Amino acid sequence: MEEKKILDDLKKKFTEKILESSVPFGDLTIVIAKDALLEIVDYLRKTPCEFKMLLDLTCVDHAGRTPRFEMVYHLLALADRQRLRIKLSVAEDDLRVESLTPIWKNANWLEREVYDMFGIRFQGHPDLRRLFMYDGFEGHPLRKDYPLRKRQPMIPLRK
Amino acid sequence: MDAGFLTTKFNYMLGWARKFSLFHYPYVTACCGMEYMSTACAHFDIDRFGAGWTRFSPRQSDLLLVVGTISQKQAPVLKTVYDQMTEPKWVLAIGACAVSGGIYDNYAVVQGIDQIIPVDVYIPGCPPRPETILDGLLKLQEKIQKQEPDWRWKKRKS
Amino acid sequence: MSTRIQKDARPDSLLLNMGPSHPAMHGAVRIMLELDGERILNSEVEVGYLHRGFEKQCESRTFFNLLIYTDRLNYVSPLINNVGYVMTIEKMLGLDVPERAQYIRVLMSELSRISDHLTCLAAMAMECGAFTVFLYNMKAREFIWDVIEATTGARMTTSYIRIGGVRADLQSDYQASVQKAIQETRKVLKDVHGLLDKNKIFLNRTRDIGSMTPDGAVAWGWTGPALRSTGIAYDIRKAFPYLVYDRLEFDIPTGERGDNYDRYMVRMKEMDQSLRIVERCLAHLPKSSAALMAGGIEPTDAIKISRTKKARTYIRLSPNLEGAEKAVYKDILADDDRTVLPAKEDAYTTIEGLISHFQYFMKGHGIRPPIGETYFSVEGGNGEVGYYIVSKGSDKPYRLHLRAPCLPLLAALEELIKGRYVADVIPTFGSMNIILGELDR
Repeated sequence: MEEKKILDDLKKKFTEKILESSVPFGDLTIVIAKDALLEIVDYLRKTPCEFKMLLDLTCVDHAGRTPRFEMVYHLLALADRQRLRIKLSVAEDDLRVESLTPIWKNANWLEREVYDMFGIRFQGHPDLRRLFMYDGFEGHPLRKDYPLRKRQPMIPLRK
Repeated sequence: MDAGFLTTKFNYMLGWARKFSLFHYPYVTACCGMEYMSTACAHFDIDRFGAGWTRFSPRQSDLLLVVGTISQKQAPVLKTVYDQMTEPKWVLAIGACAVSGGIYDNYAVVQGIDQIIPVDVYIPGCPPRPETILDGLLKLQEKIQKQEPDWRWKKRKS
Repeated sequence: MSTRIQKDARPDSLLLNMGPSHPAMHGAVRIMLELDGERILNSEVEVGYLHRGFEKQCESRTFFNLLIYTDRLNYVSPLINNVGYVMTIEKMLGLDVPERAQYIRVLMSELSRISDHLTCLAAMAMECGAFTVFLYNMKAREFIWDVIEATTGARMTTSYIRIGGVRADLQSDYQASVQKAIQETRKVLKDVHGLLDKNKIFLNRTRDIGSMTPDGAVAWGWTGPALRSTGIAYDIRKAFPYLVYDRLEFDIPTGERGDNYDRYMVRMKEMDQSLRIVERCLAHLPKSSAALMAGGIEPTDAIKISRTKKARTYIRLSPNLEGAEKAVYKDILADDDRTVLPAKEDAYTTIEGLISHFQYFMKGHGIRPPIGETYFSVEGGNGEVGYYIVSKGSDKPYRLHLRAPCLPLLAALEELIKGRYVADVIPTFGSMNIILGELDR
């Protein structure tokens, strides 16, 4: 399907939920309101261009900007060879986003990783724990205010 | 004590036997593991030096090869494995990450395993070529040869 | 640390820990099993033992410097990660890479892919007991690494693919060494097919074990050989062709049942296809424009001459800059002053070259992509290796994220081994080719 057609289709269906849409460097991107995530994702899975696979789910910390965090989802339509990026903003005082685990199973670990690194809580996630860092690690490393070299050793170090 | 002819000869034989029959435990975590695999295989054979048999249990091995980056989460595991080994034991830190944290100077990586366990020979490189690993092994063998075994009668006397 | 499995376990079952330091764990993954005898009732996978802070570290390094970190992601096929990263930056900058450099990138990527599959199958077979296959595959891998070493300078962590092209041209006797590598690999693959394909023990351990349906694979986000083994023919080299893959003929092998044996077979067939691509690259490689670089003056003499007039003769550079002389520069690197290192001859003898050289490396200058974000992916040994880079116009990335192909594979392991025996964990885990460098980043 033509890229422009997909974007126009989406804008017609969800006029007020889609805040922005663009094609930077050739990647289809839409910025949506936080509460419309499940609705739009559900629609995208069933459209003629079926975005069946969740490639990736990550977060960017724009320190100094409100809202501070931005969730980024990459979807892939296997049959039509089309990729789509969905972005939504998360404010620092309301770090909750709907979880995509009921729809895609790999969202489980990807959301755990975002929780570990940024601290965003996902509503409806079956088992939200840290993935990479160990229990007892304080803080969320990929936030911009976590210093790069702040080490929290698990066992007392020699020397 | 009177380090006579017999005891020096015995030390020499013991050193010889120990250095040419090293059972190693490859504690492989990251990229250096690929070079370790090359060292252990046909092209750059580690078996020529007597250290060929990989024992996948710390209790049955006397050489701990720490190959690759040790993260803070992995540190207690490394300490446990080291503590489970029986004396005499030696440690080779292979690769820049094991020696000093390597290119990763951040919150997640232990800056050198000598912050956790004592190390005998440091082998730098990112990753070190198999010949470098073998060179480090040879240096360790020299060290083992010259090492004084800790005799119980020496401790009693002093 | 109490884990989920400890909380949920039945009181009469055995909890077994296949710990972070385990010979079959390819590094450091912890699998906790809840067993009833030998049967697995439940399992839990714990990762993070090789988390090296790649993403945060890259935010404090310039775009050029962080190339070395990308090598160490999927460390068995480092050149493919390099290609992915560099092409993402080139997408943002809009650079045109010369054709010879593109062919060299494809050649190196395919050799890396072969080495990745050889290592994966070697480890998988060794853990099933076929130690000979491990030794044979390592032998073939050494020949491939010889080729890579002669061209790039390092066996493994090469940092060879640069923004704008490649670092240096192929070595002068590349035909012979690549042919030798291809020959040895074909011999080894024939032997391994003979040893494992119809081997009753191997079949018993891998057939119908760890099966995944195509819909399940898509729901889990699988890509690469694991997805192709379920029957879906999705390969980024054909779906979103990059470099010169659209000009090279190759097939995409698929499996039927999505079990361990199919993953093994898909990898074996992919190696054949990669060898085909390598041969085609050798045939279609555009000619190098290395003129007869005979004679030449030393750099110090050239610098002395260039103080008064332009040094027009060929300058003999040091041997470790072999392949990066000015004469071949237009074959291997794009023609862009701000994003590509100037040729050494220019840096030694002209003031413009010297200034560009300094500006390339100075903090705050150098490669500065426009403000924005982009995502680009390449076909790695395990699947889709994607880089998502957010740039705010400075010389360091604001956010760099890697889409790890093995994360969905390992996340599905708990589902695949449920109800199986302990011994089935090993080939299932081995066939997924979990490389922790890219999973844990």
